[in-house]
Parts: sequence; C-alpha cells; structure tokens
Amino acid sequence: MSVTTGQLNKTTTKELNRIVLAKEELFILDVRNESDFNDWKIEGESIEIINIPYFELLDGVDAALDRIPDGKKVLVVCAKEGSSKFIAEQIVEAGRTNVHYLEGGMKSWSEHLEPVKIGDLKDGGSLYQFVRIGKGCLSYMVVSSGEAAVIDTLRMTDVFEQFAKEQGAVIKHTLDTHLHADHISGGRRLAEQTGAVYWLPPKDAGEVTFPYEKLEEGRDITVGGTKIEIQPIYSPGHTIGSTSFIVDGQYLLTGDILFIESIGRPDLAGKAEDWVSDLRNTLYNRYKELSGDLIVLPAHFGKVTELGEGGRVMARLTDLYRNNPGLNIREEDTFRRTVTENLPPQPNAYQEIRQTNMGKITPSEDEQREMEIGPNRCAVHDK
Amino acid sequence: MQADLVVDTKGLACPMPIVRAKKALDTLEVGQVMEVLSTDKGSVNDFQAWVKQTKHELIKHEEENGVYKFYVKKV
Repeated sequence: MSVTTGQLNKTTTKELNRIVLAKEELFILDVRNESDFNDWKIEGESIEIINIPYFELLDGVDAALDRIPDGKKVLVVCAKEGSSKFIAEQIVEAGRTNVHYLEGGMKSWSEHLEPVKIGDLKDGGSLYQFVRIGKGCLSYMVVSSGEAAVIDTLRMTDVFEQFAKEQGAVIKHTLDTHLHADHISGGRRLAEQTGAVYWLPPKDAGEVTFPYEKLEEGRDITVGGTKIEIQPIYSPGHTIGSTSFIVDGQYLLTGDILFIESIGRPDLAGKAEDWVSDLRNTLYNRYKELSGDLIVLPAHFGKVTELGEGGRVMARLTDLYRNNPGLNIREEDTFRRTVTENLPPQPNAYQEIRQTNMGKITPSEDEQREMEIGPNRCAVHDK
Repeated sequence: MQADLVVDTKGLACPMPIVRAKKALDTLEVGQVMEVLSTDKGSVNDFQAWVKQTKHELIKHEEENGVYKFYVKKV
C-alpha cells in the first residue's frame, strides 16, 4: 500500500516485497552511511540502488538530484525512517514526483515476513514457507487437521500465531533444525505463548538454560489427525547437532546444511575444521541415499536469484546435485578449503545471538532487533 | 575534556543529532571543540562518517550510561 501525503509517498515493507518479487523497476536512494550500506542493502533484479549518506545532503539535495533518473519511481531508504523522510521531503520540494520513503526503514525490512504456500500434503494438510526477504531467512509451518508445527521459527512470533489462527490450527510443536547463529529463534517463545512443545537437537543444546524436547533420529512427530511425519535426520556439519526433516515423504527441510545455490558454512560455532568431514558426509553420502524427488526447503537464501515463483525458495534434490556448486566439489581437499577458507564475514553479533538462543542472555526487543541487522551469511558462497 | 560548545541531542532520532551538530559547528571558530550528546545508537557510525567527510577532527567518542559523547574539533 502506498499512501500519499501531499507529494511524499510512504511505501510499506509489504509493498516493497511485492515490487521485488514482481521485478518492477525501482530506483533506491539509500541515505545510510557507506559502511552500513556496503554491509547490507535492498536487492532485487530490477532495482537500481545508489548510496549518498544523508549527512552529505544537509546543505541541499542537488548532488542526489543529479543522479536520480527523472520519471522513475524513487524510494529513499535509511536505517529507521527519519533520515529518509527528511531527504525525500527535500527531493519533493525540488519538484520531483513519484518520490517515496520506506516506512520503518531497514529495521522493518529486516523483519518483514511473507507466508507462501509450498504445496499440499497427502492427507489434506498444507506446507507453508515464511520468507524473510530482507535478511534471507526461511521458516516453515506444517498445517494439518487443526494442528500446526513451526520449523525454524523467527523472532516475529506474532506472525506465526496469527497465521495459524487464520488456518484454524493450534500450534503443537516448534522445532529448530539447529542452534542458530545469524538470527534469534522464536521457537521457545512461540511454544511458551501457544502451549506447544519446543524441540532442539540435544547436541546443539548442551549449554541451554531451559527445558526442551530432544530431536533425535527415529523420534517422529505427528501433526494433526492425519499422518504427517517429521523425521529428524541427524546431519551434522553447520553445527554438530544440525538435523534435517522429511515432511510427508515429499519435502526435505535441510536447515543450514544445504541451500539452493550454496552449502552451509561450518565455522559459526567455532569448529570449522572439526566439522568439515561431517558436512561432507551429510552432503555427499547421507543426502544422496534419499530420494532425488524430494523438494529441498532450506532455512536461508543468500541471493535474490534463489527466489522462485511468488518468492518461494525450493528445488528438487536431484537438481541441486546437478547445479549447486557446493555439491559438485570432487576433491576432499578442495572441499575442505572451500568451506574453511575465504569465508564471508560472520553474521552481525553472531556470538551474542547464539548466547541468546541458549537462554544465557536476554536482550531487550530493541537490542535483539539491532543484533539481527544485516544479511544471514550462513552459506559458504555469500560474499 | 573542556568543550567550547555543548550540543545536547539526547532523545532525538536520526537525522536530528547531525543536523543540530552541523548547525552548531557552523558557528564555531577554527580550532574550537564542540561536544555532542546523543542517545541514538545509530548515530555512532554516522558521526564518524560525517566528521570524516567534512574533514573536521573527531578527537574522541565515548559512551556513558547510554549517552554517546562526541568531541569534534573544527579544522
């Protein structure tokens, strides 16, 4: 929704999400400082973006006007909103039209979640993916016969609660594929709010300060009256406890082990060298024994090119074995170097995020929001 | 540190801390120092980038109970 106020328009994160997926042309003027911009920005195939910090435009926006194409829709973006509005107003005063600012700025963009339906389950239920487009995180909800399970719940737990309500389902289980390092899990809080059971892989939960149910191979979980199984498959590599799920015999939820265009980095819990062979074994042996027809649903994407129709992030396992560079490294030594050397920078505040997910520290909502700023950077090929 | 001018922007959000600081800086003589107080965490990176771009000197910055202090010398 765009709301016109005088000549300055407000664009919501939901509208921006739609623009990115529809590949509509948009010119973005990002007025944050250079280092924040270089660290993380809005991406889209039809988006042209430039960076001029707002503090370079305090004496006038002429420098920006020179670089903004006439007639194109212009969106001014900053960290929280204030500076973008300040600059956008001046651009409007200079006589430009079709000028917008992003409501809530990059903070809201980081939190925007969009549910998309992945497919039907054999016994009448459905599987949904929640796309956090700004940060590249993905969550899932299995809905069947009035019950729901949420996998890799994000911090914005009200979105999941609301969605389950709309589906007429009660959330019975929340599961985390592993102890996350790039974002704060909402799994525990959602479970507390809805009376659900929170599941974690015990090998990742050695230091957690709260009770949880152990995700272990063979302990299937049933959602709804119909038979929908979630089979934990122990698949170490990204963290020692990383677990994958097969939902309804059709979908393989790989967590941060296997992505569409890359594979998980093994260093975020500090043990890259130790876990390289586990990661290789999972990707090159364990997953290979599974049906190639399984639809892979990861916990992240790294590039907008990984977004498919309607924003869905999914691919057949067979196709990934053909196209994913991380699954096509023949030499063990090359593999070792790929996943341990020249890795992208670590996600913002990843150590504090891990501690939060263990229950060791309890930051305020604002602090949590701040900690999560930036891209997820969980894949070896994210730069 | 003794500042020639104190600019209190506590409670103000972006872009106001830098807008106020810039106005204040324009009134200073070369060599004088201003102290800017801010409670906006986002201003830390912005201040450093702004001072660098304006070619003035950020003598130091510190945090005390959630208040960020920046000492800027006009060059």
